[in-house]
Amino acid sequence: MRAADTLMESLKAEGVKHVFGIPGGANLPIYDAVVDADFRHIQARHEQGAGHAAEGYAKASGKVGVAFATSGPGATNLITAIADAMLDSVPTVFITGQVKTELIGTDGFQEADVLGATLPFVKHSFQVTDPRQIPEYVHESFHIAATGRPGPVLLDIPTDLSRADIEYEPRTEPVELPGYKPSTEGNIKQVRIAAKALANARRPILYTGGGVINGNASEELRELAGSDRFPVTSTLMGLGGFPASSDQWLGMLGMHGTWSANQAMDRADLIVAVGARFDDRITGKLSEFAPHAKVIHIDIDPAEISKNVGAHIPIVGDVKQVLPKLTREYRALQTDSSRLDAWWETLRGWQQEHPLYYEPGKDGEIKPQFMIEALHRATRGEAIVTSDVGQHQMWTAQYYGFEKPRHWINSGGLGTMGFGLPAAIGAQVGCPDETVVCVAGDGSLIMNVQELATCVTEQIPVKVFLMNNGYMGMVRQWQELFWDRRYSAVDMTGSPDWVKLAEAFGATGMRCENADELEGTMVQALETEGPVLVDVRVTAEENCYPMIPPGNAARDMVEAPRAVR
Amino acid sequence: MEAGTPQAVKLEDLHLPGQLTGRKHILSILVENKPGVLARVAGLFSRRGFNIDTLAVGPTDDPSISRITLTLDGAVHPIDQVTKQLHKLINVLKIRDMEPEETVAREMALFKVSSAVENRAEIIQFAEIFRAKIVDVARRTMTIEVTGSADKIEAFERMVRPHGLVEMVRTGEIAISRGSD
Repeated sequence: MRAADTLMESLKAEGVKHVFGIPGGANLPIYDAVVDADFRHIQARHEQGAGHAAEGYAKASGKVGVAFATSGPGATNLITAIADAMLDSVPTVFITGQVKTELIGTDGFQEADVLGATLPFVKHSFQVTDPRQIPEYVHESFHIAATGRPGPVLLDIPTDLSRADIEYEPRTEPVELPGYKPSTEGNIKQVRIAAKALANARRPILYTGGGVINGNASEELRELAGSDRFPVTSTLMGLGGFPASSDQWLGMLGMHGTWSANQAMDRADLIVAVGARFDDRITGKLSEFAPHAKVIHIDIDPAEISKNVGAHIPIVGDVKQVLPKLTREYRALQTDSSRLDAWWETLRGWQQEHPLYYEPGKDGEIKPQFMIEALHRATRGEAIVTSDVGQHQMWTAQYYGFEKPRHWINSGGLGTMGFGLPAAIGAQVGCPDETVVCVAGDGSLIMNVQELATCVTEQIPVKVFLMNNGYMGMVRQWQELFWDRRYSAVDMTGSPDWVKLAEAFGATGMRCENADELEGTMVQALETEGPVLVDVRVTAEENCYPMIPPGNAARDMVEAPRAVR
Repeated sequence: MEAGTPQAVKLEDLHLPGQLTGRKHILSILVENKPGVLARVAGLFSRRGFNIDTLAVGPTDDPSISRITLTLDGAVHPIDQVTKQLHKLINVLKIRDMEPEETVAREMALFKVSSAVENRAEIIQFAEIFRAKIVDVARRTMTIEVTGSADKIEAFERMVRPHGLVEMVRTGEIAISRGSD
């Protein structure tokens, strides 16, 4: 069998139903095999788009996302998506064509050392040196991508090797990698110590992250939180892991998190970190972070424990397996819940005095926060929402109110502008029955707007709601607040006419400039068949609050200024 | 928690272990003998800002496995974090942070020393004291092979440097545990 066909067989054996990609010289044999493959291939318009689509697919569906690209520029275009998948632990397999074996190292046409270039951004990578390795490497790639702490795996296949003719035998035995054995169970002794520490805590908080989503552990998290009214906050990546409508929910924490979540961390005596990694956007000034707290850190990646913030009780394991044990051990202690009364009184006080706030718009002005609230109503809070990176991302995180996991898909770690549209494509392909919306920024959308063509030709009905403020808004906000309002290269008013642009691609374009009409326009867009781009004109120079200025601590948090009445 | 320990874990009794050990560490790392493995290890060190003092790579008794021996300063780097990051590399099979008392560590060095007629005898004497070998003699230079601990090699260097050290090559330390283990 031709090696490229064994690649297809191996992908089939891994249950692959969808692949995103673009052909080129070095992966022609692979694309010839794609013609007869059992999966649907979605032809992207740029390899970065294909890569983010694979990520969106993985994040929404929980399955491994797959993208193909050719050698050289095709492969280098993928790198941003690979790095993004690394930082956000997205299970993905990227399969690149490479120049012929004999040309490797000669600076051949469209040769790039993608293996070398991606070393810092992959969980693992393979370059095929013998065509018979292809099935084995495919299975190892999927195993590595999806287990332990998920991440991207690169498989680079020289074109002569994918043309080769080899014997193919389906692999049946499970993948065995001597240097890769993630521990998942969690040390029960540590879990018991953690339960007892929790029983003694008077100001505990559950600080949860993307690990809850990746580990499919939201149910288990609710059980733990419910075992004793523990307050819950989450990182950007963990939103939806705990229902925002719960009265134990404090909102997101970090640079643009809520006042109550950040102050709770600052005052807590015990932080239970669940699948979160104490990123600098969470901790702010590290030396002043959570000064009173002891830390229980539950993570599948041992290297995250005590990397940024020391863990007093480390527990290495899969959150889905560890949380039920912790809940059980904690319940067995039958702790008196009233010890948390004073803590809740403090928390409620913060929530009442410092809620998320914005000055309402006047005369039909659309405030960006209002736009997200309107989107929540128009989608009944049930959509899968992707976003780009910037102010609109933070407002969506603050105001949409995510109830379920895998419904909030954004680029958190790498902060990749242009992520939202291709990620929405992937999410829609992975979840065809769900409403998928992309909240885009005008600075971000243009970076991968070519993927509108993918939406149209592949009939992927994503709805893009463009928060158009005529600026690269978050950069503008920083220039305003920290650089004496010297605006530099943030003006986006020269953007194309988005309605015409959408129409030129063959999508539906709409525009809304009045708050009173916004929800109606949104509903209309959601009811329109096929891809839709809605250009929503929002307040130009609105700032995203609350905010912990960079390098500061939680207690230095700044809230939205209130107009004097 | 073991039986007999107190029911409650008091928060004030929880402490963080120190991160820095303050001494030199020798990490003995078994890796799969595959292309690119050294690049992954070296890349990890540069990316995470870990400074390697010495690095030695070679085969083991199993041709599919290589050994990387490296030394690091535990006063500068949290060794625990270094080993955990190394463990994340799929090709890394085993890491051993060698205990100084239970380890035999050796390094080899070649010294090319200027040797005029008048100091030649003295250099030969140093070599004998250090149980070093003279491996090459030319009209103006002598090359001496020294094997031993890093301290011994540094001591030898101090002895011959005043005579004119033309060039020196060191392998970096390799180590093996003492006894049957």
